[in-house]
Amino acid sequence: MKPAAFDYIAPNSLEAAAEAIAAANGDGKILAGGQSLMPLLNFRMARPSVIVDLMHIPDMSFIERRGDTVAIGALTRHVDLEFSDLIAQKLPVMAAAMPHVAHLAIRNKGTIGGSLSHADPAAELPMLAVFYGATIKVQGISGRRDILAEDFFVSALTNCLDPDEIVFEIGFPVLTSHAGWAFEEVARRFGDFALASIAVSLEILDNRIVDARVAVMGVADTPRCLREAEKALTGAQGGSKTAARFAEVVRACVSPESDIHVSAEYRKNLIGALAERAFTTAWTRAVGAKP
Amino acid sequence: MKMDIVVTVNGRKYQASIEPRLLLSDFLRDTIGLTGTHVGCEHGVCGACTILVNGDSVRSCLTLAVRADGMDIVTVEGLGTPDHLNALQTEFREKHGLQCGFCTPGMLMTAMDLLRKYPLASDEEIREGLSGNLCRCTGYQNIVAAIRSVVSLRNGSAS
Repeated sequence: MKPAAFDYIAPNSLEAAAEAIAAANGDGKILAGGQSLMPLLNFRMARPSVIVDLMHIPDMSFIERRGDTVAIGALTRHVDLEFSDLIAQKLPVMAAAMPHVAHLAIRNKGTIGGSLSHADPAAELPMLAVFYGATIKVQGISGRRDILAEDFFVSALTNCLDPDEIVFEIGFPVLTSHAGWAFEEVARRFGDFALASIAVSLEILDNRIVDARVAVMGVADTPRCLREAEKALTGAQGGSKTAARFAEVVRACVSPESDIHVSAEYRKNLIGALAERAFTTAWTRAVGAKP
Repeated sequence: MKMDIVVTVNGRKYQASIEPRLLLSDFLRDTIGLTGTHVGCEHGVCGACTILVNGDSVRSCLTLAVRADGMDIVTVEGLGTPDHLNALQTEFREKHGLQCGFCTPGMLMTAMDLLRKYPLASDEEIREGLSGNLCRCTGYQNIVAAIRSVVSLRNGSAS
C-alpha cells in the first residue's frame, strides 16, 4: 500500500497555500498532520494530483488567551492541547477529552485544524467545537471569513468550506469559571473512535440551573448541540430524578444508526446512560464538590 | 518529481533524493537500509512502524519522508546495542516481553514516549498507552510487566 504519485507543494504563507489549492481545481488535498489523509492516500482511496502541505507556514501552532476566548492555531497538535495549562484551566472539557483522541503517536502529529476539516462524526474536536460554540477562521483566495462550528459540519466527513479555503485558527469561548462540566465517552478500545460521547456544562444560581450546554457525538452524521435537552435542564435542580429525566430527553433527541460496531438501540441506550452520568458529575462540580 | 532531504537518524546524517510520495517507513527500511522499523498495516492502526521524530512517537507509515527533512529521528536501532541494551530493552528481555518480535520495535518506541510523557502509575494507564500497538501473539501481559519494571526502577532511583 503506497500513495499514488502527486505533486508536492509546501508554501510558506497561508495566502500562497490557498492559491495553490485553488489552482489544483478540486484535485488537490491539504496536508496538516496527515493522520486522516495519509491512510486514505496509502489505500489510494484518495488520489489527489497535488498535495499542499501547510507545515512550513509560520505561526500556525499556538494556544493563546484573548479576552474571553482561547485562540488556537490550526496546526496545534492534539498533544499540545492535552498538555496545555491554559486549556486545562480555561477549557476543562477539552482537557478531559484529549486523552480519548486516538493514540499518543497519532496525537503527536494530528492537528486541530485537520481534525475539524476532516469532520469525522465520531471525533472529539469537532464535537468540542460545537459544544463550546467555537468560531472557525478560514482563509480563501478572496480573503478570510469566520464560520460558527454548528454551521461548519454539514454531514459525515463533509464541511462547509469552499475548495480553496483553509482553516487557520479556531476561537473557543471560555465557559464561566464557576460552571460545572463533564465529558463522558465510550469506545470499543481506549483511543478508538467513540461509539457515543456527551459533553455537559451547567451554570447554577441559588441551587438551580440557569444555563446548560449539551453536545453529543457518535449518534448522528455530525456532532450536535441538543437545544431541547439544554432547555429541559434550565430551572431544574440536581438529583437522580433530574438526571434520569435528562437522559430521557437526550435519548429522545437522537436517532443513531446501526453499524458494524453496535446497533442503533445500543447507541441510544448508551448516550442516555452517559447523559445521566455526565449530568451528575457536572452538577457535583457546579456546586463546588469534587466528583 | 524528486526532492532532496537531509535527515538525522540515530545520530547519523543521511542525504537522499526522494519522491514526495515515499513514506518515512519505506525511506528508513529501503532507502537507508534500517530494517528494524517494521511495517504492518500501513494505515496507522497496528503501531509496528512507530519511531521517534524530534522526540515524539509517530507512525512512520503515516508520514511522508519529505516532511522529515531537517528532523532528528530515532529508530529501534538507536536505543541500544546487543551488548548494551537500554533499560527498556533489558526489561523486555527480563520479563519475556517479546515472542515473535514483530511488534517489538513499535512497542519499544511507543513505550519510550509513554515513559517520557506520563507517570504510568497503574497497569491500566500502561495498557491504555499501548492501546494503539497490536501484538498478534497477544503477549501484552509481559510487555506491560516490562514497562512497569522500568517505571519502578525509575521511581526507585528518583527517591
